[in-house]
Amino acid sequence: MKASLENLAERAAAEGLLDVAYATVDSPFGQLLVAGTPRGLVKVNLPNHDAEQTLEDLAARISPRVLEAPARLDDVRRQLDRYFEGELHEFDLLLDWRLSAGFRRRALRAIDRIPYGRTRSYMQIARSAGNERAVRAAGTACGTNPIPIVVPCHRVLRSGGGLGGYGGGVPMKEALLELEGALEREG
Amino acid sequence: MPPFQVLIDEHAAGVMAVLRGAVGRADAEDCFQETFLAALRAYPTLSDDRNLRGWLLTIAHRKAIDHHRANGRRPLPVAEPEEMAGVTAEPELDDGIWELVGALPPKQRAAVALRYACDLPHAEIAAALGCSTDAARRSLHEGMKRLRKELA
Repeated sequence: MKASLENLAERAAAEGLLDVAYATVDSPFGQLLVAGTPRGLVKVNLPNHDAEQTLEDLAARISPRVLEAPARLDDVRRQLDRYFEGELHEFDLLLDWRLSAGFRRRALRAIDRIPYGRTRSYMQIARSAGNERAVRAAGTACGTNPIPIVVPCHRVLRSGGGLGGYGGGVPMKEALLELEGALEREG
Repeated sequence: MPPFQVLIDEHAAGVMAVLRGAVGRADAEDCFQETFLAALRAYPTLSDDRNLRGWLLTIAHRKAIDHHRANGRRPLPVAEPEEMAGVTAEPELDDGIWELVGALPPKQRAAVALRYACDLPHAEIAAALGCSTDAARRSLHEGMKRLRKELA
């Protein structure tokens, strides 16, 4: 049955019928769920979020043609593995930004440019997104980031140096910054 | 509409079992792929998701009929099989029986599967198999007799 289903996913993709492919990835923080469209990576679901709910959201917001198709996400899974091992410093992946819009998307694009091991403040992100005073909105953009880790919202901190919040929980944010050596640098 | 993977998780094994019964193990894989690709193609436009299993089995049974037609039996003079709102067989509850069905001679196997998995009347089974209604009834009868013997 497993081979039949892998075959089905490949044929569906070849015929343009696989709108959302997903797979799970083990991480030091628990299991991630990653989802991609033909345009690119569209969603990273952190371990503390309900994966089933996320798949239902993707079905409703993008297309109900959602299939588990790990082979379609090999590249994403490999790069995440290497990132968690500290070997990969810059993701080289196509991203599908369709789950964010407006100011939030501009903020996320600014966040996507923060280099590995570096941090920015929410205010700096708000400024990059075109509205310096929209600090709270910049925080919301981080909190609703559909592609965390790859779009590194964990690199955005409070102006005073406080960690701020994180969708995956503050301990995970701290651990990611530690992995990247960002805490010593800021410390 | 639930993610399509939910349909696969819940119904793929049952559909495969029915197809093994209907067309035999060797050809079931092809029909399975055709069934789920057709389902995936139509899925976003499906208006009613209350009986997804019945919907999948309807597609599967059409694919099984296509398969029998393509195997050289004479063309079918019947209309599309009607919608099957109430599929009566519960093959997923008892996949073991479909293994036995799959082991029957081809004509008996197809007759039993079309009758009990796809809920077709004798006339449509006859049409699908390209034989007379009496012959279809006989194949079904012989197939059931053999199954009863094996289960006894």
